[in-house]
Amino acid sequence: MNTAIIAALLLILLGIAYQTGCSRSRSLTLGGEARLHSRPVYHGALVAIWSLTPALLILALWALFGDTASRAYLLAQLPPETSSLAPADLDGAIRRIRQIESGFGIIGDAQPWENQAAEALREFRILTSAAIIAAAAGTGALALWFARSRISLRLRARNEVERMVSWAMIGCSIVAILTTAGIVASLLVEAIRFFTFVSPIDFFFGTVWNPGFSTTGHGSAGEYGLLPLLWGTLMVATIAILVALPIGLLTAIYLTQYASPRLRGFVKPIIEILAGIPTIVYGFFALVTVGPFLAGLGNLLGLDIRATSALTAGIVMGIMIIPFISSLSDDIIRQVPRAMRDGSLGLGATQSETIKRIILPAALPGIVGAFLLAVSRAIGETMIVVLAAGNSPYLRLNPGEPVSTVTVTIVNQLTGDTDFASPQSLVAFALGLTLFAMTLILNVAALYIVRRYREQYE
Amino acid sequence: MTENTRLEATEMNMPAATILARSDLYHMPSTTVRTPDAEPRSAKVIARNVSVFYGPKQALFDVSIDIPEKSVTAFIGPSGCGKSTFLRCLNRMNDTIDGCRVSGQIALDGSDIFAPSLDVVELRARVGMVFQKPNPFPKSIYENVAYGPRIHGLARSKADLDEIVASSLQKASLWNEVKDRLHEPGTGLSGGQQQRLCIARAIAVSPEVILMDEPCSALDPIATARIEELIDELKQNFTIVIVTHSMQQAARVSQRTAFFHLGNLVEEGPTDLIFTSPGEKRTQDYITGRFG
Repeated sequence: MNTAIIAALLLILLGIAYQTGCSRSRSLTLGGEARLHSRPVYHGALVAIWSLTPALLILALWALFGDTASRAYLLAQLPPETSSLAPADLDGAIRRIRQIESGFGIIGDAQPWENQAAEALREFRILTSAAIIAAAAGTGALALWFARSRISLRLRARNEVERMVSWAMIGCSIVAILTTAGIVASLLVEAIRFFTFVSPIDFFFGTVWNPGFSTTGHGSAGEYGLLPLLWGTLMVATIAILVALPIGLLTAIYLTQYASPRLRGFVKPIIEILAGIPTIVYGFFALVTVGPFLAGLGNLLGLDIRATSALTAGIVMGIMIIPFISSLSDDIIRQVPRAMRDGSLGLGATQSETIKRIILPAALPGIVGAFLLAVSRAIGETMIVVLAAGNSPYLRLNPGEPVSTVTVTIVNQLTGDTDFASPQSLVAFALGLTLFAMTLILNVAALYIVRRYREQYE
Repeated sequence: MTENTRLEATEMNMPAATILARSDLYHMPSTTVRTPDAEPRSAKVIARNVSVFYGPKQALFDVSIDIPEKSVTAFIGPSGCGKSTFLRCLNRMNDTIDGCRVSGQIALDGSDIFAPSLDVVELRARVGMVFQKPNPFPKSIYENVAYGPRIHGLARSKADLDEIVASSLQKASLWNEVKDRLHEPGTGLSGGQQQRLCIARAIAVSPEVILMDEPCSALDPIATARIEELIDELKQNFTIVIVTHSMQQAARVSQRTAFFHLGNLVEEGPTDLIFTSPGEKRTQDYITGRFG
């Protein structure tokens, strides 16, 4: 309820401020040759920004510290006998009081002192929120008046608004950067905690993965060798790429160079539907259809292929990333200038010579980029491998055998009861960090290759 | 060569009356065309009733023209008049455009270029093309020129190929500027050099006809002058058809000029005649700058 009122008030403030700015600046030009430096809309926007910013700041401060303040007030209201309570019980009491105050049910009957405290809390809440709203509206109005008084013919409102907008954009990009940094930092911290249980050498170079269960107690019970998982990941990703790269690339070449516009308009969206299928659906497609088919095929050929294996997961994952490769390469091939194609055809080259010798080399950096993007997608893919790879973390050469991957293991270690203090669950962070490092390296490599070849070609 | 040029220059400066008096030079039967350099030449390309449609829209209407061998024929006309479209018919580059349809007959050395038995790849090797914007491949200078001979298997050995590359670059008068940096990217050259590289690339497959689609429109006057000189030299060995927006350029380089307007071939004849006493009012309006 409060939120709705505040939002409505802010909107009203915004509207008034904008209108004030517009009409004030317009009135300056009435009856004269005078020209405004900026158009009235910029004056309106400037006044609106000025008046909204302090109001929003006050609300933001309240959102950050309001809870602490109300808790402090509540503690002061509690009768003296509660001061002997343990911190955990005190927290429980405060939670009960807050629930009484907000009208939710509580377990057991409310004590009279709890009811009293709830009553006090309610009064405090109404008072403070009224005060906050008043403060926000007051500063907003004050700022509005100040911004309005600044309006003059020469005020460079447009420049100021544009500067503020660019600051806002910088702010947005900083949010993205900080989030990334935060994720990396938390991965790092937890991974370092893991490495206090298990030495990094055992982790990165160990060939046995057998972590035991977290319920078996603390300490480094079990072995945490990364290599079987890494091997499984690479095997599945390689199979996926072997499936997806030729199919995707040839599809893109066909669609851009040979297909009629009508056929292209029909085929391209269908291929892109593949990208929209949830990975879990691919997972049971692998489990129910592809796995048994491959096993049967293996029987026919006299090969030992299990239904859930690296091969099953890899092939289905390959199908999943076909649209990545084909769509990206399609766009890239399309960007090769028509003049190149005409130049080659005009010399009497055939279509296929033109593609092989002119178009593909010119599009190569982009295609490599698409390829590496697809690889990092394949490495990070989880659901298909959870269902179809067999979850068997052993070093095996035969792709027909079940494997396990880094992502699957993270899922295994974090599902069920976890306490984030045992190496069994902390290992997930070390695995996540490894995965992150791998995709990071791939992306950097992609950037490097793209840049290097671009120099050569432009 | 020099004598020919001088002859041509004197003819170019002839008063219109003299030219008209000698008009028997210019009304030849359709298979032979006489150009001002006095010798009658047989027609290399003969087009009859060529129409081009882009989807439902007709861009070119019943164009018939004879293009004499080993001389320069210029196509002039305002933008969108169909001159480039017609040029692109001559090596069937219009085939690469979706929804483009060509009707009528075009014969190269007497054989129909639309005949099913004709291989379009072979046709384009015989009728080379230079485009409006220089479009060197993103490869080295050497590779750019070697591209055509490689795909057509014209060189038997590396030395052979080197020889073809060198002579093509010489014929395109680019050799002296690039002979020390054959393996640097062709895209690093200046615009005029790039265009000469594209001409060398076209020459390297030893075509019989070279089509040039506004080859100087992206170049400065100095580079333009060099290309025009080059065209003048090339006409000894090649039949050249050039589309140009510049009437001065048409007057400078060509022996015959064809004026296109709104998809029609309005008039065609010896360049000096077209420019001094055009037979059609529309031609006169265009060359005197009244429209276009």
